[in-house]
Amino acid sequence: MTIPFRRAALAAMACALALPALAETAPESTDPIVINGGEVELQTAAPAPEHLDGALDEIYSGWLFRDPDTQTMQTDDFENPGMIFVDQGMDEWNMVEGEAGKSCASCHEDVSESMKGVRATTPKVNKDGALWSVEDYVNDCRTSRMQAEALDWNGDRMKNLTALISMQSRGMPMDVAIDGAAQPFWEQGKEMYYTRYGQLELACSNCHEDHYGDWIRADHLSQGQTNGFPVYRLKDAGLVSQHNRFRGCIRDTRAETFPIGSDEFRALELYVASRGNGLPVEGVSVRH
Amino acid sequence: MPRHAAFTAAAALVAMASAMPLAAETAPQDVAYDDIGAIAEPLSETAGNPEEGAKIYADKGTGNCVACHAISARTDAEFQGNIGPSLDGAGDRWSVEQLRGIVADAKRTFPESMMPSMYKTAGYVRPGDAFTGKAGTEPLPPLLNAQQIEDVVAYIATLKE
Ligand code: HEC
Ligand code: HEC
Ligand code: HEC
Repeated sequence: MTIPFRRAALAAMACALALPALAETAPESTDPIVINGGEVELQTAAPAPEHLDGALDEIYSGWLFRDPDTQTMQTDDFENPGMIFVDQGMDEWNMVEGEAGKSCASCHEDVSESMKGVRATTPKVNKDGALWSVEDYVNDCRTSRMQAEALDWNGDRMKNLTALISMQSRGMPMDVAIDGAAQPFWEQGKEMYYTRYGQLELACSNCHEDHYGDWIRADHLSQGQTNGFPVYRLKDAGLVSQHNRFRGCIRDTRAETFPIGSDEFRALELYVASRGNGLPVEGVSVRH
Repeated sequence: MPRHAAFTAAAALVAMASAMPLAAETAPQDVAYDDIGAIAEPLSETAGNPEEGAKIYADKGTGNCVACHAISARTDAEFQGNIGPSLDGAGDRWSVEQLRGIVADAKRTFPESMMPSMYKTAGYVRPGDAFTGKAGTEPLPPLLNAQQIEDVVAYIATLKE
């Protein structure tokens, strides 16, 4: 009685080995995101960076995996609900605060000049050898140069500033460094990316590398790229930082997550950013 | 004499203590998987109830199998996933013993499978306290209890083509 079943199982297993249950599904189209009637065009696909060693053939914007209504919101800056926070970030930029009596603009002047390209190359290793996210640079300027209080990493004021800074790189390809001083951080992030966390024992790679294009119930899985951050998330009706997204994805594996602003998340941020090297910064994207 | 009596009483207690949970249900760490990942003996005394199993299958808070699988007959489920194979005909493809093994700990049948181990309590990386994001302490409660496993297995076994 059990023998035929064993055979069936072995056959099924052989099948599973030949055709592993990895089912990346490429998006149907890779049209660019055409914004403001053609003023800005953002590519949604790019060749996978070499360091991925064939783990992905092409890299895709998360925009391709969203429903048409959500996609449309990102094609017009007046419709994009994230843009209002970019305006608020500009107010923040010009606001004098702290003992030194300065604003960001006092030193950096025109944000479109001084912050151009910053988002595309961050996180990066600072002059003291630490890996810093944009949030770290902002807070360092606030505490050591403005003599003002550090902003909460996940608070609105910080997200408004990172949205403003991100917009200044819109259209520039992600290009974070992964070698030299960055390499140990990158390795740490890579290790995290492939670790199966929590009671559900799921790694980022299980969902975003092996199964992008598939559905987890009602969720259409993307490659989990970060070039659209900060994103305006319809579900939260507000901006979401990268670390907050990471925290949510790890929490959903029934794991003990890492804190926002932790060294672990900086390393993961670098590694995930490097998987998107070549995709354009989207400024403030819209996701559901 | 009193010593001997105490000894037999203690032995009897030990025997009872280890026999009792076995009689009711098999604890996760005591499950006997065979070399292909199947479990011969039911995990609970009460036979699996396929109707309960059908509910657990689609319930987000318990089995949530529907997150990754689809069953054509489940027109009640608004969204079905496609991470794993369709379970149509799974009752033809697998024996009850094998289904029990797959549901309890699929990685013993499909090495490295993405399917979560439903009847396992320890050996995790950064185990959490459910979906709070906070640390949990092993042994964690298994994702499904023994009776729920039997119910789900009974349900999947009905999926014949
Ligand atoms: C007193 C002058 C001063 C003020 C005020 C100031 N910064 Fe800076 N900021 C600097 C200097 C100097 C650097 C380092 C430049 C370098 O090392 O190339 C810097 C670096 C940065 C960087 C990193 C840029 C890069 O190329 O990586 C960011 C981002 C930044 N500042 C944002 C801000 C923001 C936002 C504010 C307001 C909250 C602000 N800064 C206020 C002087 C200032
Ligand atoms: C159980 C599956 C699952 C796992 C594991 C998982 N995620 Fe996600 N993730 C999702 C879903 C679902 C979404 C929302 C839809 C989408 O964009 O894929 C998402 C979204 C994201 C996004 C936003 C993408 C965008 O375009 O806005 C990022 C970034 C991300 N995940 C990173 C990660 C990282 C890093 C890990 C590992 C620490 C991880 N995820 C683990 C399911 C998962
Ligand atoms: C996170 C996704 C996920 C969840 C949740 C999940 N499974 Fe699976 N399941 C899979 C994958 C992937 C496979 C394919 C086996 C492999 O890994 O190669 C599978 C295989 C199976 C099989 C064998 C498939 C066949 O037809 O040959 C059965 C039966 C099964 N699962 C039942 C269940 C049940 C019952 C539940 C809920 C208690 C469940 N699964 C929850 C991902 C999942």
